[in-house]
Amino acid sequence: MKFEKLLKGGLAALMAVSMAACSGGNSGTTETTTTTDGGETTTETTAGAGAFKLGGSGPLSGGAAVYGNAVKNAAELAVAEINAKGGAIQFELNMQDDEHDAEKAVNAYNALKDWGMQVSLCTVTSAPGAAVAPLYQEDQTFAITPSGSSLAVIFADADNQTGEYGNVFQMCFTDPNQGVASADYLSAHKDLGTKVAVIYKNDDNYSTGIYNKFVSEAKEKGLEIVYAGTFAGEDNDFNVQLTKAKEEGAEILFLPIYYQPASTILKQANDMDYKPVVFGVDGMDGILSMEGFDTSLAEGVYLLTPFSADASDDLTKNFVKNYQDKYGEIPNQFAADAYDAVYAIAQALEAAGCTNDMSNADICSALCKQFTSMTFNGLTGTDVTWNPKGEVSKAPKAVIIENGVYVGVED
Amino acid sequence: MKTENNFFKKLFAKNYRSRTISFLIIIVGYIAVEALMMSGNLSSMFQSLLVPVTCYIVAAIGLNLNVGVSGELNLGQAGFMCIGAFSGVCVSGALAPFISNGIVRLLLAIIVGAALAALFGMIIGIPVLKLQGDYLAIVTLAFGEIIKSLINNMYIGFDSEGFQFSFVENKLHLGPGGKALISGPMGATGTERISTFMIGVLLILAALFIVYNLMYSRSGRAIMACRDNRIAAESVGIHVANTKMLAFVVSASLAGAAGALYGLNYSTLVPSKFGFNLSILILVYVVLGGLGNMTGTIISTIVLVLLPELLRGLADYRMIIYAVILIITMILTNNDTFKGWIAKLKNSLSFKKQPKEAEAHE
Repeated sequence: MKFEKLLKGGLAALMAVSMAACSGGNSGTTETTTTTDGGETTTETTAGAGAFKLGGSGPLSGGAAVYGNAVKNAAELAVAEINAKGGAIQFELNMQDDEHDAEKAVNAYNALKDWGMQVSLCTVTSAPGAAVAPLYQEDQTFAITPSGSSLAVIFADADNQTGEYGNVFQMCFTDPNQGVASADYLSAHKDLGTKVAVIYKNDDNYSTGIYNKFVSEAKEKGLEIVYAGTFAGEDNDFNVQLTKAKEEGAEILFLPIYYQPASTILKQANDMDYKPVVFGVDGMDGILSMEGFDTSLAEGVYLLTPFSADASDDLTKNFVKNYQDKYGEIPNQFAADAYDAVYAIAQALEAAGCTNDMSNADICSALCKQFTSMTFNGLTGTDVTWNPKGEVSKAPKAVIIENGVYVGVED
Repeated sequence: MKTENNFFKKLFAKNYRSRTISFLIIIVGYIAVEALMMSGNLSSMFQSLLVPVTCYIVAAIGLNLNVGVSGELNLGQAGFMCIGAFSGVCVSGALAPFISNGIVRLLLAIIVGAALAALFGMIIGIPVLKLQGDYLAIVTLAFGEIIKSLINNMYIGFDSEGFQFSFVENKLHLGPGGKALISGPMGATGTERISTFMIGVLLILAALFIVYNLMYSRSGRAIMACRDNRIAAESVGIHVANTKMLAFVVSASLAGAAGALYGLNYSTLVPSKFGFNLSILILVYVVLGGLGNMTGTIISTIVLVLLPELLRGLADYRMIIYAVILIITMILTNNDTFKGWIAKLKNSLSFKKQPKEAEAHE
């Protein structure tokens, strides 16, 4: 009888082993699945042998999917164009979903690493970017984020702006830079007013980042911040904040937020007959193409943006036309930044004479050298340069919305 | 020889079998993963999943104690993880200049995270667990959201002169060499990644040890008695509120420990990660694994964390398929016909003769 008990125990143990082996076995097989699937998803943009494996991750599903898909589409467009030209530099693109989550972004990074990524578009959003940037540094893979604007994406110590990763670059402005640029513009145009009210989203690091910098700059530049209101999450009633701003006699309403809540603010301000000068940053871009929004409310809104889809230069016109033909919508600045990022990588790879059989570290050091010395002309700016820390230098364009289109404001 | 046999007998006796299997799965799984890693057969993606899987298992085991064993619905497990994660990151960050050994700091962070989460659990539990009904679910749901908002507005930093704290607006003025530990919605950035898979596995073993010992103890039986019949339990002199409190606080502290391990596994951590969705996700692991069934919880957590990653190849369809698989599993595991099949299968495979034999033996 004792023997049988033992047998029973042994059987149970065996079951446990087989279960554990199952999970272990899974891990072995998936390695191959990922690679084949990687090949599948990229077939449309594959350029045959000799192509660089360009990776990247962004929120392709979930609440921030608008941004991820804009980047993915524009990157696909740029890669298709570059491959069609048939030059020395060819790309194979693989955009993974990170759901705007740091944990998933790390998983996506490792999936891309298994796929054999050589150059990267890093991540679309900031928090995931901050999570994967040290991994890019460890593995010495070159990365440039189209739209991850937080300082934490390029600095290990974002507060002191030290400990830069060195091989992670940004195509967009950093958040603090936008705050500085906004304060500069407003202080140079005091005819618009000097009493400023700010409404910002305090659970969002993009919005808070710009706000914090704006406040410290504005004080030095003689602007008076009479009211700072906050909101969080999906709040859509801003009457309290607007009433307070109106009571305090704010002449300028600074909105360092994305266009969806901004559109509600514009509507509610109009309803209470409060007509300040509204000043936005690049997150405001997209307000004119928003469904169900009365664009007449946005008349006279100022915004700082690196890209406007209504610009009349050939590059922008072509891009907007091709993007619209392919995806049926007007590209936003995320798309423009992604398009530029791919072209910047292509330009640098070509100038450095890289080939796809080089190791990641070699490509990385060659690209870092190129990026810090070259100038780039793209959709989001001309004579764009990068410093060794990875920050971009390009002039933000101030535009004002007139008759439903962006009109450049001359200084 | 005889004692050894008795030992095994006891390990696989009816009451203790699930405990033994739980431990075996973890230990054998750990050895298998280590072997795969050493032979270089484990892809980078799987290596990056190891630590988060252990975190979720610990949090889910804790939640199962509360939901399955104690029978109180808790919708704020992510809130406790949040406390553990941010306090853990702070502890590790603040001690970094003094203790260079990552493992020591990680263990300290886990202990602090667990203790703080337990403290908050106690604060919530004192008023709420005295009530009858689903009040705990509502309160923990609110608690999770409150913690998330609080940390979203919190700025903590330290420099050579000590700690600085500010709320809502960033008023930290850090001297040279100073470091912001938490900066509002940006959360914690630049965290040194010191979590290891081994510590994660040890934490699971510790969690299993605590939970099973509690379940098999007098207090554990009291907890189950309160779940099954509150009035009967009170009539035999069990203090229901205190008994439920024990399960709730242990559950919260396990979540805190898991959070600390999680927080120190990534270089950045944002409070919005620990929202309602994460609480529900952990609850799904528990419900799918079976209420009160720790082995099931472990397996369902592993499967459900890996599933979305395994489906990466399906690109746009992966979240749809993940959801469909989840729904099908939930329906099937509650389907009587399907349960009947499983039972038949089990009987015909290995345990066919077992009940009779066991009776005869005893």
